[in-house]
Amino acid sequence: MRENENVILSFAIMAVLIVFVGVLQSWGVALSILNLCLISAVMSIGVNIQWGYAGLINFGVMGFTALGGLAAVLVSVNPVREAWSVGGIEILVSIGLVLLLVFTIKVISKKIEQSKKRNILIGIIIGLFIILIRTISGPAIEAIESVNPATQGFLGGLGLPIIFSWIVGGLFAALVAFVIGKVALGLRSDYLAIATLLISGIIVSIVKHEDWLSRGVKNVIGMKRPAPYEIDLQQAEWFINLVTFLNSSKLNLINDVIKKEKFLNQLVMDASTIFVKLCFAGLFSTVVIILLILTQKALYSPWGRMMRAIRDNEEAAKAMGKNVVKQHLNIFIIGSSIIGMAGAMLVTYDGLFTPVSYQPLRYTFLIWIMVIIGGTGNNYGSVLGAFIVWFLWIEAAPISLFLINILTSNFDHSNEFKKHLINSVPYFRFIIMGIGLLFIMRYRPKGLLPEKIKIQKI
Amino acid sequence: MDFLNAIVLIANFVIVPALTYGSQLALGAIGVTLIYGVLRFANFAYGDLMAFGTMISILITWKFQSMGITFGFLPTALLALPFAVVVTIIVSLIFDKFIFEYYRIKKSPGVTLIVVSLGLMFVLNGIVRIVIGTGDKQFFDGQKFLIKANEFKELTGLNEGLAIKSTQLITLITTVIIALMLFWFLEKTKTGKSMRAYSNNEDLALLSGIDPSRVVMITWIIASILATVAGTLYGLDKSFKPFTYFNNLLPIFAAAIVGGIGNPIGAFFGGFLVAFSEIMITYAYKKVLIYLLPESLEPTSLMQLLSTDYKFAVSFSILVIVLLFRPNGIFKGKVL
Amino acid sequence: MFFSAKNLSGGYGGVDIIHSCSFEVNKGEIVSILGPNGAGKSTAMKAMLGMLELSSGEVTIDGKDLSNLNTQTRVKLGVSFVPQTKNVFTEMSVQENLEMGGFLRDASYKETIDEIYELFPVLFEKRNQIVGELSGGQRQQVAIGRALMIKPSVLMLDEPTAGVSPIVMDELFDHIQRIKEKNVAILMVEQNARQALNISDRGYVLVMGENKYTGTGSDLLNDSEVRRSFLGG
Repeated sequence: MRENENVILSFAIMAVLIVFVGVLQSWGVALSILNLCLISAVMSIGVNIQWGYAGLINFGVMGFTALGGLAAVLVSVNPVREAWSVGGIEILVSIGLVLLLVFTIKVISKKIEQSKKRNILIGIIIGLFIILIRTISGPAIEAIESVNPATQGFLGGLGLPIIFSWIVGGLFAALVAFVIGKVALGLRSDYLAIATLLISGIIVSIVKHEDWLSRGVKNVIGMKRPAPYEIDLQQAEWFINLVTFLNSSKLNLINDVIKKEKFLNQLVMDASTIFVKLCFAGLFSTVVIILLILTQKALYSPWGRMMRAIRDNEEAAKAMGKNVVKQHLNIFIIGSSIIGMAGAMLVTYDGLFTPVSYQPLRYTFLIWIMVIIGGTGNNYGSVLGAFIVWFLWIEAAPISLFLINILTSNFDHSNEFKKHLINSVPYFRFIIMGIGLLFIMRYRPKGLLPEKIKIQKI
Repeated sequence: MDFLNAIVLIANFVIVPALTYGSQLALGAIGVTLIYGVLRFANFAYGDLMAFGTMISILITWKFQSMGITFGFLPTALLALPFAVVVTIIVSLIFDKFIFEYYRIKKSPGVTLIVVSLGLMFVLNGIVRIVIGTGDKQFFDGQKFLIKANEFKELTGLNEGLAIKSTQLITLITTVIIALMLFWFLEKTKTGKSMRAYSNNEDLALLSGIDPSRVVMITWIIASILATVAGTLYGLDKSFKPFTYFNNLLPIFAAAIVGGIGNPIGAFFGGFLVAFSEIMITYAYKKVLIYLLPESLEPTSLMQLLSTDYKFAVSFSILVIVLLFRPNGIFKGKVL
Repeated sequence: MFFSAKNLSGGYGGVDIIHSCSFEVNKGEIVSILGPNGAGKSTAMKAMLGMLELSSGEVTIDGKDLSNLNTQTRVKLGVSFVPQTKNVFTEMSVQENLEMGGFLRDASYKETIDEIYELFPVLFEKRNQIVGELSGGQRQQVAIGRALMIKPSVLMLDEPTAGVSPIVMDELFDHIQRIKEKNVAILMVEQNARQALNISDRGYVLVMGENKYTGTGSDLLNDSEVRRSFLGG
């Protein structure tokens, strides 16, 4: 079982690297990296299901992540009663109208045969509905957005615990993936890539500009948390006792009472952030482990075999009576909902929802690099890829700074070139990622942990 | 009079900007479509190649400006453009040699090359950001307006002004010249025809003795010229910011697909189609309608079909409509 | 013999499809390769063109060894090929198809185009039309015309009459006979065995990737065993 050794070895190396950061930089940084690695791992498992199992290119990762984030807002934020009272009904009516529109179009396209007349009819109906929806929702949106705009100005959410949003985010993403899949699957793979990229742009535009829904660029801050808050911890007796106990040897060295008090305070502060991050790490690891178990099971189930068969030879699978488009739709929905869940997890961890932060490079293409580097088709590979890539993405800056300082040690500190390089340190990670991807594609196209094909002996 | 005012309004806010933006998209779309036709993959690094070419233009322009070299009433960037084109061509050919050639020889499927182009996209992204930074860069000089809004008002006595920036005219003229030269090259010269032949039927092109490496080289040369010119014109007209170039890639892809991917003439018109739709759908027609309609019917809302925030939605809708109803694009006939 | 292939064995990687096949053709001669489906006829032709890995055998033209040259170099040396499918540039005009056929030639190719229009008058009428819009028979003419543009000494045709009507087939065979008169060595793979043998000087029958029968066109037509197994009685 050499493969298993490789898996264990690579994750051990990753763990050592993170511990290394903890010792060299700080444990807070190390745990932040770990948590984002875990969230990224969920995303890359989602992409891997689509690309690795079925060969579908989904460049809309950013969109599904944003949907998950939106779910976190809509589930956890308390409802804004005033906003609901000034425009809630109109918004609900408008949503109802949108559903009615979709239903009407479905009925028309079923009842009337494909013709120019039908297309014109559909066009007119869409136009009428849009006018109607805009007249109803327009004033309502204005009213909602003017309710206490500095902190609210939106409808708010359901006020439920934020952890529910992980499921709701998945559902949102699944719903949107269903619509996208209906339209875009069955297209050539490169068209699917372009179409999904465009759709994710549209989704992000919506969360960025529909203030009544998500506060848009004004951001939603101070969201609930499934973990304790630092401030509460710092005042909790048991926590202070715990810290005192853990650091008793250090504390005993200090004789001055005031100094000791100060030092203890500092220790408690540090420990509280680390404790919160550990709580998150526990939650996230649970999700990753559950997903790994489920996806591995699925991969080696008859369904997983069928998916690989479809991926490797679509024509043959079709000839054997497999409904390729339907299977692709299923897998597109499953993968996207996992990404949506990760989106909700991310907002939960950050505690804030910032629509402008959704950039394709960070949320779509970086995840793709994780999947490719880790190992297409191998779930452990995707998780490993997520760890390596996120680690490098964060640590690239200090590493490049270190290298630049060595390489330019002959230059004076006021040297313009050196200054420029040092100012550009954050961008070296783009080059590192790009080159990493190119090297993997060229010399190890199946990734660091390649797909395992079990051949069953008959 | 009201009618003329309405027309001027539309010309100023729809036609002139759409022609300019359409030109920039058209050039980019031809580049994407050529690469698709000959190299057979959707190149996601093309937007960043445009950013790279533009960056070189800007650096050379700054150098010229610091040396006191200008181009009279025209922007200095036009003088720098040929040099930038040469640099971009060399860089593209190096990338092809070290990155894409391997997969071409292996006959890798298009999806593999898409992923490879992502790698190149990251590399180019990093280079551009390191060299020139992420902020807005202005490099326009020379005469800014051909005609200013109030000059036009004085001249015609109308209420509405028509402003035409010199960059808008330069963009349109350059685009038309380059497109005509390219179509002449593809239709009339032996090399151009061999490119079309290779794109149409690779195996038969090989049997006819057409040298694939030459065809590929020429494709990269043309694509680099188009990327640099389109990017520089866009930067002159608006401003240079690396991220916008990635965003422009999406309408460019939409234009190329609308025109029938692999078809340069289709891509050319596709660029204008996307630009006009985007601007027409996101323009607020309130003022126009006030001029045209009797007072009793005057609109109170903005009369805007879609907010400008959703311009992606326009490209996307066009793409979906075309793919659903005319999967081969709306321009039939010769494909590259 | 002007063009000869001796003891060719090979396949597409893995198992050999043809086993020690030999073919010969002289200038001004039509030679057909016949046989049932899956006998390796097209594979044999591809082997002569250098399109697959040979495990053994050699190919010579005018005494010159071609065995180690790639397809493109063989084309330059005068071995032209008309594939069975995708044998025209569908999105280019007839004239452009011919020009591409003469890609390797200098300016004198223009005269050759005129010669081809003489051979296929209908192509002259349609010279500016897109080939994708032409009928099946006309497309085959374009395909053959393109292959003739390099003034080949050996012309290889892979099922030139596949999928055309019997009338068009007769017409195409007429054209092929006229090409032979231009002192070209013609080697063709054919499904329509009887008609092909009628115009062939010699024929090879392949079975399971091996030479089974060889002889002049009329010999094979009259051989009772060949008749029974391949010509339908």
